[in-house]
Amino acid sequence: MAVFDSNIPQGDLANKWVNHKNKINLVNPANKRNIDVIVVGTGLAGGSAAATLAELGYNVKTFCYQDSPRRAHSIAAQGGINAAKNYQGDGDSIYRLFYDTVKGGDYRSREANVYRLAEVSANIIDQCVAQGVPFAREYGGLLDNRSFGGVLVSRTFYAKGQTGQQLLLGAYAAMNRQINRGKIQSYNRHEMLDLVIVDGKARGIIARNLVTGEIERHAAHAVVVASGGYGNVFFLSTNAMGSNVTASWKIHKKGAYFANPCYTQIHPTCIPVSGDHQSKLTLMSESLRNDGRIWVPKKKEDAEAIRQGKLKPTELAEEDRDYYLERRYPSFGNLVPRDVASRAAKERCDAGFGVNKTGEAVFLDFASAIMRYGKEQAAIHGNHNPSETEMRELGEKVIENKYGNLFQMYEKIVDENPYKTPMKIYPAVHYTMGGIWVDYNLMTTIPGCYAAGEANFSDHGANRLGASALMQGLADGYFVLPYTIGDYLSQDIRTGKISTESPEFEAAEKAVKDQIEKLVANKGKHSVDHYHKKLGKIMWNKCGMARNAKGLEEAITEIRELREDFHKNVLIPGSANSKNSELEKALRVADFLELGELFAKDALHRNESCGGHFREEYQTEEGEAKRDDENFKYVAAWEYKGAPSDAVLHKENLEYKNIELKTRSYK
Amino acid sequence: MNLKLKIWRQKDANTKGKMVEYPIAGIEEDMSFLEMLDVLNEELISKGEEPVEFDHDCREGICGACSLQINGEPHGPDRGVTTCQLHMRMFKDGDTITIEPFRATAFPVIKDLIVDRSSFDRIQQAGGFISVNTSGNTIDANSIPVNKDDADKSFNAATCIGCGACVAACKNASAMLFTAAKVSQFALLPQGQIEATDRVLNMVKQMDEEGFGNCSNTGACEIECPKGISLENIARMNREYLSASLKK
Amino acid sequence: MSGMLNSTIARKVAMALSAIFLLIFLLQHFIINFTSVISENTFNELSHFMGTNILIQFVMQPILIFAVVFHFVMGFILEIKNKKARNIKYASFKGSTNTTWVSRNMIYSGLVILAFLVLHFIDFWLPELNYKYIQFNPEDPTRYYHELVEKFHNPIRVGAYVVAFVLLALHLLHGFQSAFQSVGLNNKFTPALKTFGKYFAIIIPLGFIFIALFHHFNH
Repeated sequence: MAVFDSNIPQGDLANKWVNHKNKINLVNPANKRNIDVIVVGTGLAGGSAAATLAELGYNVKTFCYQDSPRRAHSIAAQGGINAAKNYQGDGDSIYRLFYDTVKGGDYRSREANVYRLAEVSANIIDQCVAQGVPFAREYGGLLDNRSFGGVLVSRTFYAKGQTGQQLLLGAYAAMNRQINRGKIQSYNRHEMLDLVIVDGKARGIIARNLVTGEIERHAAHAVVVASGGYGNVFFLSTNAMGSNVTASWKIHKKGAYFANPCYTQIHPTCIPVSGDHQSKLTLMSESLRNDGRIWVPKKKEDAEAIRQGKLKPTELAEEDRDYYLERRYPSFGNLVPRDVASRAAKERCDAGFGVNKTGEAVFLDFASAIMRYGKEQAAIHGNHNPSETEMRELGEKVIENKYGNLFQMYEKIVDENPYKTPMKIYPAVHYTMGGIWVDYNLMTTIPGCYAAGEANFSDHGANRLGASALMQGLADGYFVLPYTIGDYLSQDIRTGKISTESPEFEAAEKAVKDQIEKLVANKGKHSVDHYHKKLGKIMWNKCGMARNAKGLEEAITEIRELREDFHKNVLIPGSANSKNSELEKALRVADFLELGELFAKDALHRNESCGGHFREEYQTEEGEAKRDDENFKYVAAWEYKGAPSDAVLHKENLEYKNIELKTRSYK
Repeated sequence: MNLKLKIWRQKDANTKGKMVEYPIAGIEEDMSFLEMLDVLNEELISKGEEPVEFDHDCREGICGACSLQINGEPHGPDRGVTTCQLHMRMFKDGDTITIEPFRATAFPVIKDLIVDRSSFDRIQQAGGFISVNTSGNTIDANSIPVNKDDADKSFNAATCIGCGACVAACKNASAMLFTAAKVSQFALLPQGQIEATDRVLNMVKQMDEEGFGNCSNTGACEIECPKGISLENIARMNREYLSASLKK
Repeated sequence: MSGMLNSTIARKVAMALSAIFLLIFLLQHFIINFTSVISENTFNELSHFMGTNILIQFVMQPILIFAVVFHFVMGFILEIKNKKARNIKYASFKGSTNTTWVSRNMIYSGLVILAFLVLHFIDFWLPELNYKYIQFNPEDPTRYYHELVEKFHNPIRVGAYVVAFVLLALHLLHGFQSAFQSVGLNNKFTPALKTFGKYFAIIIPLGFIFIALFHHFNH
């Protein structure tokens, strides 16, 4: 049944997408009215896909577990969205964005997909501005840009530190327009619990109404899964509490291959963990690295004194500080890509230079930026000999304008004023590059089942560059999927309405009901969170920023044992026929407990270091990642065979014809 | 610290609810308010009782899912934060904390502290958008210059997270600040002008149909809004509404 | 018009417009009354003009009555809708942390003012109508001052008068700037307008109280 062909169009890289669009089959507008599409997840990818499909004339049903599509976790993206507009005239181009993305992804992504992404990136900005997304502007009224990690141009469009929010609200508004027209039916507080396959094609889903507990059948001619990433397998991450892998995992179990599960992005600038009660981690935007300098003390005794509160970071002399990113990577400095910055922080902390109680934090210091801006501002105001206090005051204002909301957020959480004392930051799980394997058309290995946004694996390779997630989500939803899905649906114009009264729906519904009944009847000893936290610890310690074969083997066994224990001893109070958050969590954690094992298995099989996947056995003498292009230049797509341990590996070989494979260097 | 919690418990939309008291011990200052509730829920689960249901998701103050009327104020005593960003250092050992759902006829309770805010979605659906199709042929983004001041004001209005604190804080349970924020976002941009008349009329009509109260300009909404959305937006919506009414 | 007044915003605007009209009325009423403190003659002249001018009597007076009645009736309608908008009350609601007492209690200050207006109606207005349009007494351009002074003899009445104007001050403290916000005025002049409103809200009622006490103690 599974179709494992990347379907990359022939021809020049630059013309592939155009040629493909010109050749694919279209559905006549009159027929679109008779075709239903289900979209699971209403973030940037799902929301924009739903809106665009409805604009085209399809009947769309959307599903999200939140109470409104507007709350999808895309909303939390802070820094910005990349686009090859070259408004700054700094030499940006489609090719350069393509190049940076492939290189940033450590040469583990598909050339054709990434090129298409770069190509449509400019359209996204046009589209969003037309929709009324209030991007930051310069005094001339034109759009402003900032720069992000891993690149040498300014191509990031932003709306203060709330770019994701503004883009999501744009997609939500586009959805609302279609809901108003009756073209989208939105099922909020609903969770997809299984995919229904009829005659080898995805034909619907089973969903649970989270308010009433009712199990519902929904049929369609195609199903789009845009349910985000699986970072919450680590329990602590920057993902929302409800972010989960369930929709992806269910389609995986029904035949969709899962690609590169081990590629996880650990974001370098998050607020460090403060204690065992911690429920989630908060990101501090990467944009802060434009102005913040990262450092730890040079001497261990100073680090020790800071940890004990005997020494204030501001008291430490300049020569006693180790600006380790600037030292190790002089050309990119503090703006190295995320994986590099994260590993460097871990390396310093592991070596004993961490600066908070737990020893797992480094400083992000704005003092020199404040003084630099202050001096600049003073000069603008005609004061060429400003005092230190004057400079500081003026500089703090500039910083406040740029990052005010982030600084406020930091102060609320940590109770320290980041204008006066450096922020403490530490890496945290943020994004998963791996995901459901899709072909060039974003179709999974199940015909009629698509995956978009973070849920798929497609564009970021082994590491995602900052401000590229928003770009990919919207590219998939606004500009790619609505075209490519037509090619598939053009065969369905005579199919007619899909019935939910088939044995396939019956069976899928029964399986879901049985699983829920079993969980609720379990009456065990431990809460769902108990297991989720344990899983998170295993993942963080053994499948986190640095991995090794021994740890991964242990992780596989431990996760398996934990999963068995979970099914025996989990306790879910309340009933299945009402709002029951514990039951919702249990269903999600059950899937994380399976995914976690596949994750470790994938990490164990990939005997190289690349991007977010760092195997301690494969590093250079200076501790840089050692890639193995000869043996691992492929996408690892896993086929489900009854248990994560039985998953079968399929390799999609990656070809690089337009870009030369090099060792990634930001030195 | 040790606290006494008074929490609204309600089985479902059709059952009557009541305030129930829970003592809780060992709360740390660094915890967020929701992490404190997590601790309570863990205790309840271990006793086999049903945990307290509350809405929450991103836990970083941006998704707008978390709500809660804490000691008589939406999102609690701190300013400029949502409940998930409220930290226990705002409270003292021995405090009694009253926790209720956001109360409004247009926000019916679903269970315990969870309310149904879909009325907000319907207000947005009535006109909170610009009708532009996704063609890839929209005009170049920089061909629509926007005065920076207007762009910033539009952005400030657009930062509304739709949490409903404005309604919860208002003695009249009015949704004017929420509706005005969206109307203002578009009213301040050239792109929003074409549909401005219908937008404000339709959104206000929907707002009224949902059963929200009238604005009496007490300003509670502005103070309790975690994103600091300004009352100026309400004045702007009033203007927009007046001029739209005269046109149609 | 009734169709338009179905929307909350239109109602609020109508409320605000009637309020602004009443503010202007209050100001002119105050100015005329205040002349009674300075000069009996000026007061009588102005009162005579107001009491006999056709435009004032048959155009402005009905408008005033309509504005007063409208302001009260609409106030009650809005209050009822507002109460309905929260069908289950909070166990704990701390309005004092985010609003002023006056802004939350407009309905109560309004009710006291209504009660006062009833008194005022019985005291001044009914006798006036009776005098002019029922008894058809001959017009005496000097009677007004004495009628005014006469009314301020009774200390209970003066007390009620003082209380009512204190409540009016409270009503205006919120009402003045609120009216401008309702009609959509909120711009860089708003802080200045708010300050002006505060002075207005305090000085005018205080002036009325001064007039009452002045006549009470001087005659």
